[in-house]
Amino acid sequence: MKLRLAHLYPDHMNLYGDRGNVLCLQARCRWRGIDLEVVRLGLGDPFNAAAYDLVFIGGGPDREQVRVAQDLTEVKGRALKEAVEAGVALLAVCGGYQLLGHHYRPAAGPDLPGLGVFDAYTEHPGPAAKRCIGNLVAQRNGMMLVGFENHGGRTYLGPGSTPLATVERGFGNNGRDRTEGACYRNAFGTYLHGSFLPKNHRFTDHLLGIALERRGVRDLLTPLDDTLEERAQVAARKLALEPRKRFPWSDQM
Amino acid sequence: MLRTARLLGAISRRSGRGGGTALPGLLVERVAPGLVSDLSASLPHGNILVTGTNGKTTTARLIAALLQHAGLRVVHNRAGSNLLRGIAAALVQGTAAGNDRGIGLFEVDEATLPAAVGLVRPRLMVLLNLFRDQLDRYGEVDTVAQHWRSALTALPAGSGVVLNADDPFVASLGRGFPGPVTYFGLDDPGAALREREAAADFVECPACRLPYDYTLTFYGHLGHYRCQNCGSGRPEPQVRATSAHNNGPAGTAITVQTPGNTVTVNLPLPGLYNAYNLLAALATGAALQLPEAGAAAAIESVRSAFGRGERFQFEGRPVVMLLIKNPVGANQVLRTIRDEPGDKNVMIALNDLTADGEDISWIWDVDFEQLAGTTGAVVTSGRRAADMALRLKYAGWFETHRRDDAGVTRPTVLPDLEQALRTALYQLPSGATLYLLPTYTAMLALRRILSRLGMVRPFWETEG
Ligand SMILES: [Zn+2]
Repeated sequence: MKLRLAHLYPDHMNLYGDRGNVLCLQARCRWRGIDLEVVRLGLGDPFNAAAYDLVFIGGGPDREQVRVAQDLTEVKGRALKEAVEAGVALLAVCGGYQLLGHHYRPAAGPDLPGLGVFDAYTEHPGPAAKRCIGNLVAQRNGMMLVGFENHGGRTYLGPGSTPLATVERGFGNNGRDRTEGACYRNAFGTYLHGSFLPKNHRFTDHLLGIALERRGVRDLLTPLDDTLEERAQVAARKLALEPRKRFPWSDQM
Repeated sequence: MLRTARLLGAISRRSGRGGGTALPGLLVERVAPGLVSDLSASLPHGNILVTGTNGKTTTARLIAALLQHAGLRVVHNRAGSNLLRGIAAALVQGTAAGNDRGIGLFEVDEATLPAAVGLVRPRLMVLLNLFRDQLDRYGEVDTVAQHWRSALTALPAGSGVVLNADDPFVASLGRGFPGPVTYFGLDDPGAALREREAAADFVECPACRLPYDYTLTFYGHLGHYRCQNCGSGRPEPQVRATSAHNNGPAGTAITVQTPGNTVTVNLPLPGLYNAYNLLAALATGAALQLPEAGAAAAIESVRSAFGRGERFQFEGRPVVMLLIKNPVGANQVLRTIRDEPGDKNVMIALNDLTADGEDISWIWDVDFEQLAGTTGAVVTSGRRAADMALRLKYAGWFETHRRDDAGVTRPTVLPDLEQALRTALYQLPSGATLYLLPTYTAMLALRRILSRLGMVRPFWETEG
């Protein structure tokens, strides 16, 4: 069995250990005897909607958002939307998630048009506003999601997308409505990194399950020994919920 | 005021609380902000600032050795508390007796550089490298680069800079800089990697916005680079290493050409990253026109900087502690371990306190894969012990791991540092080396535990 993953803009959108998400998908396939081919698609490379079972796009620094936004709308946009409509599993993290909404309004400068995969928009409340930084815990229909968030923009969902999860601790989409991330068909956007997939192995397997199902394969998602994954997830939630204490010198030294 | 600060430093040291290296400085900074400027301005030989993501502490130590060798009295914030209050503390303690040979040498972290420039008005600024590090604390590499550019424009007229020619970010700061620029770089193709590491930041020509072509890559994004479009690229370094040879635990033999001399140094520190630290120190010496005779011997006498390659003995078995704090630095540490002979047990202690970086995602950018299958027992510890174990699992440490009788080896996950250290020491077979790889706050805690076990003295007592 062979699956193909399109890793979009790996050189430009690779903040915060995003590579861990790809390593995780590869390993969990390998452990099940599935061959996952990772195809790196950069600026200017065309995207062939029929060629991929999975799509991943990570977060990037502000300066790269402009070029990636342009490439998304002008080069890959149409085919990528086609793939999403066809039910391809897609995961977009942080900056990548923002660019898949309708627009991103930066702290200064003109709006960046997004691809509109998600019925959502993101606005930066201005250079004086605090970034949303810290551990994030959210619940998705009984599935716990943990990670770290670090974003200046606040994302607001429209009726055409559903939240990925409900925030238990942290900011999530905008720090106000307790939503985190977005879903549309089999496309998922999230502010969770850390990396996201290794510590959220159930969600990882959910993505792989979608990809396998589309290929008509149901029995390859064999259970794995997830003792360490469970332990890391539980520990991350516990640390996220612990009261924050700060001593100016003991911690810094 | 000065007496109060010194007294408080003594009290906090005596009470065993964190060594007291930063507390008096904190008070000075709060109570008399002008004092830092006044004290630093009173040093007759001026001030030097050293910054960079990796290697500040070691480089500052090497520079201090050169300055002392030149007969200067160095006021230095040595204990690794490299924030502004560390500078204040060093000045309060160091400018005490009339000091007509005094020179200030301050390591500052990436984010505090602009503030430090305003306070101490340096005559020379040494910029080592800029890698991604603690994005939650320092912001993106671009933001830090922007801070550095503005810090350079704030330097007093006539001030010089020492820049790493092999780091495109750092080297670009020399273009159009009005004062003297001394570049250092590595010119030994034998030390190059075959391909760039995953942690390397994507680096492109700022004018053309095209990726640089690399003919050589040393580590991270350090190497020999050139823009194929406009031809701009690595500047020719005045201080260059023509060969760097790793002698394992014994350190590194490096031959360096300076404008007036060729010198071979047997640096008692492992790894290519320390070759860069040496180059930065010798370039600083060249910029200040320090005497070159005897410089190699002065540097060879430097002991490993605190936490950056300390060696201990546990019942006759070697224990080596190497600080890890960001992807590029950690990759260098792993490469050093990989190249050392013998059986290796590993303990990695990952904390997520402010000084470590609360965001631990950086471990996914580290190539832990390069040690897969080469280690014996593995212990992970610290507040993020489980995350660390998970990273090692996905790096293949346990799939391709040596098997014991019971089958596949698993990591021992013990968040409590003392329990973990005792376990790791207990598991260490004779003939094997234990590598302790802690993040910053875990290193401080481990050092306290090692000191309690009688293996080291507290670091503020080992300072000379
Ligand atoms: Zn160019």
